[in-house]
Amino acid sequence: MSGQLLALIYIASAAMFILSLKWLNTPATARRGVQVGEVGMLLAVIGTLLRHEVVDYQWIIVALFLGSAIGVPLAYLMPMTAVPQRTALSHACGALAAALVGTAEYYREAPHGFPMVALVLEVLLGSLTFTGSLMAAGKLQEILPQRPITFRNQNVVNLSLLGVAIVCGVVLVLHPETTWLFPVFIALALVFGVMLIVPIGGADMPTVISLLNSYAGMSAVAMGFVLNNKLLMIAGALDGSSGFILSIIMCKAMNRSFTNVLFGAFGQVQPAAAAAAEQRTARSATPEEAAAILDAARLVFVVPGYGMAVAQAQHKVRELYDALTRRGVDVRFAIHPVAGRMPGHMNVLLAEADVPYDKLLEMEDANSEMAQADVALVIGANDVTNPAARHDKSSPIYGMPIIEVDRARTVMVIKRSLSPGFAGIDNELYYMDKTMMLFGDAKAFVSAMIKELPAAAAA
Amino acid sequence: MTTDLEVGLWVFMLATFLGLEVIRRVSPLLHTPLMSLTNAISAIAVVGAILITGAKDATPLSRVLGFIAVTASTTNIVSGFLITDRMLKMFRKRDEVKK
Repeated sequence: MSGQLLALIYIASAAMFILSLKWLNTPATARRGVQVGEVGMLLAVIGTLLRHEVVDYQWIIVALFLGSAIGVPLAYLMPMTAVPQRTALSHACGALAAALVGTAEYYREAPHGFPMVALVLEVLLGSLTFTGSLMAAGKLQEILPQRPITFRNQNVVNLSLLGVAIVCGVVLVLHPETTWLFPVFIALALVFGVMLIVPIGGADMPTVISLLNSYAGMSAVAMGFVLNNKLLMIAGALDGSSGFILSIIMCKAMNRSFTNVLFGAFGQVQPAAAAAAEQRTARSATPEEAAAILDAARLVFVVPGYGMAVAQAQHKVRELYDALTRRGVDVRFAIHPVAGRMPGHMNVLLAEADVPYDKLLEMEDANSEMAQADVALVIGANDVTNPAARHDKSSPIYGMPIIEVDRARTVMVIKRSLSPGFAGIDNELYYMDKTMMLFGDAKAFVSAMIKELPAAAAA
Repeated sequence: MTTDLEVGLWVFMLATFLGLEVIRRVSPLLHTPLMSLTNAISAIAVVGAILITGAKDATPLSRVLGFIAVTASTTNIVSGFLITDRMLKMFRKRDEVKK
């Protein structure tokens, strides 16, 4: 195929990727966005296959089939609660591809000058994102402990690792023929990826997963510079900026900085806060009492969190939503940006359970209406509802924007026990006079409340 | 060489700002599908992987590495687009749900 035609195909493909993301803005056009993205990708693959540099098809065809054979079940069989793990795994796949292509390029014909800088960056980002994403997936799947693992001088060790890797990278740029150094460089990057995620706790996963997303995009950009391919640069930059924006949104939603997320090892139990928790009493209630109050309410805000995902309670929550809606109660959902384990996690789970998306409110909108709510029902969320974030300067979450459930007339919290949340901070919400603690498994408790609803109406 | 690099940097700079503008407008409702869609799009690395695997002068090493890279990117492309669509199908408004 002629070079000009190929360039036109790649330009069309890049335009389709941009359109694809533009159409993803609203649910009404989002599926069209996916379709145009698919066409763009198909064009790019076909265009590349027809390039005259590509002469041997055997391996490529096998790999394309193999990849599709893995990809289809991965897309259809994966339960929605496992979407964060799947996302982390696909970051790992993308990063692996970038690292391998960079490595192959290096051993085929090591470039000099700027392309070598790009190659070193591609392999560095690709390798550390590969192991980092695998670690994140392991933590999300709970194969690895979700609590941060810390040791003394951790940050010093990690930064030295990165430092040594960068020094190796610089040497490789200056003397690309130093082939023995290349495997050392890769090994350092792989180890750094592991070490980067080890101290990060489950509650910080939304930020970390976004950051890894951004790195995966950047490694594709670097590959674009190595191969001098503009399509790779554009598609990579779109992915990179998406991950970057999401990381910023997640950090803002926790009132923390990147450095703090990456090096702060959040989630260790705060001894001072734990000590202060004694000597306070919380009021608990039965499903029957809770159902009666819900039935009498006009406006109810449901505040879901990771606990709802763990208990797989989203379908039961939808049933409760249906039952209450039929009784004329206005039920809405207040979604904190970092609720769950990845950006938008709660929205997907509730959409899966057929909760209409116009009932899912963002934090600011929910807060502005919270004072009118008769009941705020917290299901499996903790730190994102802690009023200490507003007034307690000594609290580790001070300044974090929260869903202000304490402004509702009554607060109900479904929780297994009074144990502190992920940040290891006690939640004063549980000891307020207007709060009813509903102890139990989220799914079981919501079912019990649904059963009590007709009885409550008859009484 | 210098001009290639220069053009590349221009493209990268403009694409980054365009990406920031387009993605800033995506509703938080759709942040999970956004991430899986951008994942699928960044699997465009498949282009580099195909070039490595199918090259005339490919060594056994580069062929094996390229093979794994094509497999990994294809997995991402296929599962990324399909699962994004699967998720988006679930997002319905109230009147659509009742139907």
